[in-house]
Amino acid sequence: MSTRELQLSAFRFMLLARLLDDKFAALYRAGKIHGGVFLARGQEALSASIGVSLKKTDVFAPLIRDTAGRLAFGEPVLDAVRTYLGSPLGPMRGRDGNVHRGRPQEGYLPMISHLGAMISVVNGVLFARRLKKISGTVGAACIGDGATSTGAFHEALNQAAVEKLPLVLIVADNQYAYSTPTSFQFACENLADKAIGYGVESYSVDGTDLSVCLKVVGDAVAKARAGDGPQLIVAKLLRLCGHGEHDDASYVDPQLKSSPLGRDCLKVAEEFLLRQNWTDAATIAEWRGKFAREIEEAVGQVQREPAPDPFAENWLAISSEHLSETHTNHE
Amino acid sequence: MNLTYIDAIREAQAHALRDDPRVFIYGQDIGAFGGAFKATKNLAKEFPGRVLDSPISEDAMVGLAVGAAIEGMRPIIEMQFADFSTVGFNQIVNQAATLFWRTNVPCPITVRLPFGGTSGGGPFHSQCIETIYAHYPGLIVLTPATVEDAYSMLLEAVALDDPVIFCEHKFLYRHLKAEKLPSEALPIGKARIAREGRDLTIVTYSAMLHEALEAATELAPEGWEIEIVDLRSVKPLDTDTVMASVARTGKLLCVGEAWPWGGVTAEIIARVASEGYGLLDAPPQRLNAKDTPVPYHPNLWTAHRPTARAVAAAARKLLRT
Repeated sequence: MSTRELQLSAFRFMLLARLLDDKFAALYRAGKIHGGVFLARGQEALSASIGVSLKKTDVFAPLIRDTAGRLAFGEPVLDAVRTYLGSPLGPMRGRDGNVHRGRPQEGYLPMISHLGAMISVVNGVLFARRLKKISGTVGAACIGDGATSTGAFHEALNQAAVEKLPLVLIVADNQYAYSTPTSFQFACENLADKAIGYGVESYSVDGTDLSVCLKVVGDAVAKARAGDGPQLIVAKLLRLCGHGEHDDASYVDPQLKSSPLGRDCLKVAEEFLLRQNWTDAATIAEWRGKFAREIEEAVGQVQREPAPDPFAENWLAISSEHLSETHTNHE
Repeated sequence: MNLTYIDAIREAQAHALRDDPRVFIYGQDIGAFGGAFKATKNLAKEFPGRVLDSPISEDAMVGLAVGAAIEGMRPIIEMQFADFSTVGFNQIVNQAATLFWRTNVPCPITVRLPFGGTSGGGPFHSQCIETIYAHYPGLIVLTPATVEDAYSMLLEAVALDDPVIFCEHKFLYRHLKAEKLPSEALPIGKARIAREGRDLTIVTYSAMLHEALEAATELAPEGWEIEIVDLRSVKPLDTDTVMASVARTGKLLCVGEAWPWGGVTAEIIARVASEGYGLLDAPPQRLNAKDTPVPYHPNLWTAHRPTARAVAAAARKLLRT
């Protein structure tokens, strides 16, 4: 794919993700969603760059704000809508919701809420592939600045380094872990410096700039694929929303909002594409309309689907049915 | 042949590695060194590239196993001591135990926990933590008490499509011996009547089975016939076998090496009390370790955990009510 095609492809996923997120926010405000809604606003450039840099045979463990990357990796809009609305026809069947979605057997891992916990799971898939003599695949795991403080992050990055696994670990340093600013999260100057301690290559990138995100993520994925071991990418950006839609984010420093970090990556990318004459405003408007219709149709379809039925549910947490506990309260 | 419990663990793993190319073992010091307890002695040599040393990272060890299971493998994780599995607790209970429920993709991993007290083990090398794992939906928790069960249940655990917490008792490692490995065995999920009797049922598992058997021998000359149920698996729990035994004896004593608050012994008593109240001739009783960390000195340790003498005393008291 040429640079132009890659940028346009990534931009379309960014746009689709933004519109999808806007729809989830609207549904949340209308009381149509059970539980929280977590938007990716401000992180689309980084996330889309990851999604378009991976092959379908790679492994991807996205985090909360990876709507764009999920779509670019191949997640149908319908999967996202069904999971948010709890449809039994979705991949999580109403058993898990919102950003906790995936299709593990397609290399698309569904996150648990414990931050940093997916990294070693990606390691495991890569480790197994090596045992099975499958080469040339890469695993990408996404985290935020907050997750770099967890033991799981340390253990998993160290494990990947020791085993020289083709892991690309992407940190979206979006300045806040919920409400906690980075000054309470880490004391080093740049998170990318942590890589030195693990013997891992690292990159710092402006997460508001799609062009550089595509370049840096693409290069890191290529290096991992070539057998150069784990790669750590730290992208600086600002979360342009609350942690979730329940959070007004009043704690965000206004100076950050008006700094270059506070730029809207979608607008930056759009302006760049127009400046390059790689597309025009009419085409973008056309995409916008097409995506909005696609989203409306998906939401309409899912809202007509039946809700999960507790009486038809198979209340069994293990697959070995003969070993299920028979002692329950209602028996 | 004279096979110990630890030999059975090693042989079961060798068998699994030989029979199934999807099996690999990952843990600390388990490669060339053969493991802290030698449960993987020579296996790295016999099965090159499939018995692999991990860094001291229990969380990442289990996370890796889950990823490998998603990719179709059947990993066995050796925790050096059950006590250290708490560092990997999150991956076990939140990742492995929820995967099938959330995604319909099974998670066939076996986590081996060398557990339970030995003299001098102290607070962090002696714990019995089967209860916490049994509490979480999505896990199977096994507690073999014999050489034969250690072998057959580990083989069955690796073949199962679900995450198994395999609690192997360190006190039994070299203490128990068998003539040969079994070719047939009771399946997982079935308890075993380890001794028949008509006066009182002792329900127990793992190392406490042997304390209970000794207590029953001590009580026999006094005229008491004690029936002993070896649970084998604590999850699933074979309530039917327990209930049938209580129906025969009318008296129930549950013995566990774990701490008393909640747990396996409490669960059995709750089930028998609610479903078999009419079968009981006396209030059901239980005997557990004391509610403190496990002590280091043998004098303290033998007083902390139930011993044959303590089991016999508790049984005598219950027999006289």
